[in-house]
Amino acid sequence: MSAGSRRLSFLGVGLVMSALVGSAAVGLADADGDSRRSGFDFMGPQTQAMQGDDTSNPGMLAVLEGEDIWNRKAGAADKSCADCHGDAARSMHGVAAHYPAFDTGTGGPINLDQRINTCREKNQEAEPFPWESEEILALSAYVGLQSRGLPVQVGDDTRLAGAIKAGGEAFHRKQGQLDFSCADCHDANWGRKLGGSVIPQGHATGYPIYRLEWQSMGSLQRRLRNCMAGVRAEPYSYGSPEFVELELYLMSRSRGMAVETPAVRP
Amino acid sequence: MTILATRRDILRTGAATGAAFATLLLVRPVLAKPEEMEAAIRAFTGSAPVAKGKVELVLPALVENGNSVPLTVNVAHWMEPNDYVKTIAVFNEKNPQPNVATFHLTPRAGRASVSTRIRLGDSQKITAIAQLSDGSFWVDEAEVIVTLPACAES
Amino acid sequence: MARTLINVPPTAKRGEVVEIKTLISHPMETGFRTGPDGALIPRDIIHRFTCTYNGEEIFSADLFPAITANPFITFTTVATESGELALSWTDDKGQTQMETAKITVE
Repeated sequence: MSAGSRRLSFLGVGLVMSALVGSAAVGLADADGDSRRSGFDFMGPQTQAMQGDDTSNPGMLAVLEGEDIWNRKAGAADKSCADCHGDAARSMHGVAAHYPAFDTGTGGPINLDQRINTCREKNQEAEPFPWESEEILALSAYVGLQSRGLPVQVGDDTRLAGAIKAGGEAFHRKQGQLDFSCADCHDANWGRKLGGSVIPQGHATGYPIYRLEWQSMGSLQRRLRNCMAGVRAEPYSYGSPEFVELELYLMSRSRGMAVETPAVRP
Repeated sequence: MTILATRRDILRTGAATGAAFATLLLVRPVLAKPEEMEAAIRAFTGSAPVAKGKVELVLPALVENGNSVPLTVNVAHWMEPNDYVKTIAVFNEKNPQPNVATFHLTPRAGRASVSTRIRLGDSQKITAIAQLSDGSFWVDEAEVIVTLPACAES
Repeated sequence: MARTLINVPPTAKRGEVVEIKTLISHPMETGFRTGPDGALIPRDIIHRFTCTYNGEEIFSADLFPAITANPFITFTTVATESGELALSWTDDKGQTQMETAKITVE
């Protein structure tokens, strides 16, 4: 089967994706961010209203859960996050906006979930929360909320230059049966339609998100696994170095854009 | 192989094997038909006439994700102690079950306006019927287009 | 106890119509999905929601599997007197969760 007909049969609505990919590329602006738009801008008004209203955003249920966990004693050390960090609104203000960050322990990038778990193991002497567990999503939503509205500040650390480059290569590498790179959709064809959906630019500023498709909270890695399944590639495993590098690249690409956690997305 | 079939997978029985289809039939009808919605509506209204008007069913025309569709029903009728909107019932055409929700109001509501979020497995017609305290029924309908989102779990 | 998010205006003028917004964490398992083993996942939804205002029921709803996970319901009531709103959700197992919210009416 040729690549062209594979794409058509996948999309199933006769959308001529091959024509789109071949058309003039609409690239992203440089670091001044003029043509960068959040996924929020590509959503319908009802979904935007869902995110914009804290009394109706289902992501806030996870935030409330996270607040509870923040204050709950855990582990052999019988300490809560609050015991060391106090009021999260103060101590965690701006923190999530810096993740993924450089971890002196591993000498490489570490994302927020990993940072929370490292703290849990070392300081609370508790079991780390599993990837994509309700607890880790709730905690990262709660910590992420403390950076809402603040600009993403990832990518300036020179120690992470190699990892960012690796993430960028992954972003631009064609993969899967459909032989698409992330850039093919999210750099070259944002704003156009894939089936009934508008293609966003792929800025991960609102994670963890409440995705309507999941009817639950999920991390950026879960969403990226969906992307990779979408191009029929073998998704990376949760917590793999490839994922953290890709997350790091994505966040550095969104540098300066506002954090939206907890966002709602279709 | 689909690890976790969504209800949309089940609805698209064209993809299912004959054996799977027969099993689903034994459990419950897979695809609701407009007749089922009509039957559910008749169960609610009896043989009483249903008039168009008063009811405003608000739904997005093009739904971003059928898993969560915001729905509002407003009824243009006062809420007085002896003359008020008693019940608002919402029905669908193509989900496995024709009922969506039934809201029971009292004169203390002040106005007849309810909102919720619903699941729609396919593009279909949604019907909202209001019953007033005097026993009369009023209706509004809306056609909704539901598309699948890009890049999902399976 | 499922997590809930309830929005009742803390204060209102007598006679004012206020909007009450409710959100509760619940998967609303339809009973129509199949699990990894191919068997149907049993239905488990919240099928009833009620709201009382100082003990008198002012609103209720019968919910079906077509209601989205983490059910969101909004309705209105006239602010008649200060007091307490009690909201309850009942699931298919017969378990009921109740939450309360205070309102001060001037």
